[in-house]
Amino acid sequence: MSDPYGSKLRELIKIVEETRPDRLRRKYRRLSLDERNELVSKWHPDYRPDTKRTLNVGPCKGQVVYNEIADLLEAWPLIEPDNVDLSKVDYDVDILVIGGGGAGVAAALWACYSGVEPDRILLATKLRLGDANTVKARTGIQAADRPEDSPLLHYLDTLGGGHFTNKPELVKALVSDAPLIIKWLEDLGFMFDKSPSGDMIEYAGGGACRRRLHCARDCTGLELMRVIKDEVINVGIPVLEYSPAIELLTDPETGAVSGAVLLNLETEEYLIVRAKATILATGGCGRLHAAGFPTTNHYGATADGIVLGYRVGAKLRDMDTLQFHPTGAAWPEAIRGELVPEKTRSLGGQLVNVKGELFIYELEPRDVVASAIIRECAEERGIETPVGAYGVWLDTPLIEELRGSGTIKRELPALYKMFMRQGIDITVDPILVFPTLHYQNGGLEIDPYGRALRPNGEFIPGLFVAGEVAGGVHGRNRLVGNSLADILVFGRRTGINAAKVVMSSNSMQKISLDHLRTYMEELKTIGVPKSRKAPMLLPDYRGERVLLRRVRVL
Amino acid sequence: MVRIYYMGKAYEVPEGLTIMKALEYAGFRFIRGSGCRGGFCGACGVIYRNPGEYKLQVGLACQTVVKDGMYLAILPYSPMVKPAYKVEELKPDLGSILKYFPEIVRCVSCNACTKACPQGLEVMEAIQAIRQNDIKRAAILTFDCISCGLCSTRCPAEIRHPLIFQLVRRLYGKYLLPKAKHVEQRVKEISEGVWEAEFDRLMKMPIDELKKLYTERRIEGR
Repeated sequence: MSDPYGSKLRELIKIVEETRPDRLRRKYRRLSLDERNELVSKWHPDYRPDTKRTLNVGPCKGQVVYNEIADLLEAWPLIEPDNVDLSKVDYDVDILVIGGGGAGVAAALWACYSGVEPDRILLATKLRLGDANTVKARTGIQAADRPEDSPLLHYLDTLGGGHFTNKPELVKALVSDAPLIIKWLEDLGFMFDKSPSGDMIEYAGGGACRRRLHCARDCTGLELMRVIKDEVINVGIPVLEYSPAIELLTDPETGAVSGAVLLNLETEEYLIVRAKATILATGGCGRLHAAGFPTTNHYGATADGIVLGYRVGAKLRDMDTLQFHPTGAAWPEAIRGELVPEKTRSLGGQLVNVKGELFIYELEPRDVVASAIIRECAEERGIETPVGAYGVWLDTPLIEELRGSGTIKRELPALYKMFMRQGIDITVDPILVFPTLHYQNGGLEIDPYGRALRPNGEFIPGLFVAGEVAGGVHGRNRLVGNSLADILVFGRRTGINAAKVVMSSNSMQKISLDHLRTYMEELKTIGVPKSRKAPMLLPDYRGERVLLRRVRVL
Repeated sequence: MVRIYYMGKAYEVPEGLTIMKALEYAGFRFIRGSGCRGGFCGACGVIYRNPGEYKLQVGLACQTVVKDGMYLAILPYSPMVKPAYKVEELKPDLGSILKYFPEIVRCVSCNACTKACPQGLEVMEAIQAIRQNDIKRAAILTFDCISCGLCSTRCPAEIRHPLIFQLVRRLYGKYLLPKAKHVEQRVKEISEGVWEAEFDRLMKMPIDELKKLYTERRIEGR
């Protein structure tokens, strides 16, 4: 394989190498809250006027959201009430879980633990069980369980990272349940990084005042997903793959959510599910490529749950903010946008501009670090890649100098492998990084029980929301390691609370698509073209030439 | 541009793309065969042959860059049935594995599994470690397994490697790694409501005081 860096980048790497001995002894200072705000408001995509617009339909009309989200909310449903036969119910269950990632699987398991029979649950997922952002989460899970730490400090860190815009009662739930989640995983047989005595080896994360990240090397999400996926199959919960929900169903008399319409992606047949409780755990929206950014997200991250929840009257919040992970791979092109985990910086990897200078303390909260990188590139202190994109250096060889040779292969085996496949040895050469669309900070607002709320603060009966699709836990910016904590804490809470609802109710709800009628009236009024439909389900990356010449026959 | 042959049919695609992006460029829209797109989910195992070579190579479509003249197929599914078990009722030993996966005694050490692993794992070594009752070694050797199942498709003994390795890692994590006492202690404290009064105070605190507390909190070193 030829050198992916070529002669031009090789010259620039020399500057990183020359400045390394001096940087070894130095750290960039931490910014004050005011300095952080100034940096973020000047450079973060959330603050660019062209990335967002005001919503013209639905319960949160008037709210400002990212353009790509507005496009999906101001769109026609894939099915219309008069064209769907609801008289034949394909699955009649107690609990329908929509989403096969960490939140959905945790919800299904905890519903089971709470007394619901496994075969009274249905877990429907768009791709395969476990194909989700969870599996790609790398760095770790935050939980304040060391004697030097406390849930209060975790609470404070999470609020500070979210610029104090989080919903406090949700943060309290997150930090109070997180240690219990770690214990649960330990009991399931999760391979945590531990000292010989069994103590957790915990790492520092951006914006956290204590070392609190529980890891399974740099594959924490993979280990998490495969363990709980294994358990779902052991317990015997029925799973329907390649069957995303395309609409929720509601009881026409009460407005309660009473199931969903699924679509078999392969045969294109719709399926009707009636359920006493529905748990929406559909994940995030990275594949919308908001503001034109690449993404770290999995193939199915297309904000389906936001669309479905909004159409039954759920309240949205913080959808005008997205998390751009500071360090996506900027080069080589084949892996552009893929995640370079924060653990790389936890271990001491520094961010360096073209002149070999430090320009930010690398463990500031993510929006702050991302903004600083964008600034460096905009002010011509970035490094141009061979395809004309920009990035800054992440000095990975420094980790080996700080922590001893062999550290990278031991602590970051997946990252090492990812770059080796592209011909770059990160123990020897630094890598180029640039922010990449990573996480949906906001979503459908929930209460501490995981119930979906309406704009008036009342909960929507029968509808629970967990994980990335939910809003309020992280406010306007999420800290590292709080998403894995979030999906399990609120997955568990929704599972337990859905089980309570189910076990205290005998009556079977009615099903309808009536909620779409008023929504469709609004769409008609504002003149949304009939061709614009949602949910998106999967992104379309087909080449332009093919799409132009396509004849749809079969 | 380079020419690739997807299931025998030629497509011209730009250089430098992964197999997955190249096929999309060529007009394919995946339903199966595309999952995390970052090398972790095992949905896009790919078998290919380079021009002029007789050997079959393996990789992940989302991680492998196209080469001129390559012949390839994506294998997104392997028909393995996972037995249900209760980890809490098992012991971390060979006996537990044999109970659910008796086929491991049929391993003939041909090493085809190892050659088929896109993660470069020592798959056959791990099977041998289990046969020697070394659960720890097998768990560590297979930590990077993404369960793509390519190993099993090549195995003459029909061994269900990814499923076996999953059980092995859970047995190791549950029984052979010592428990973290500090976690148990913290869970106990929380369940006893030790932090409730302080939470109340923080949650009622005016925002400026809270910000001050945040700014002045001591930050532990790395």
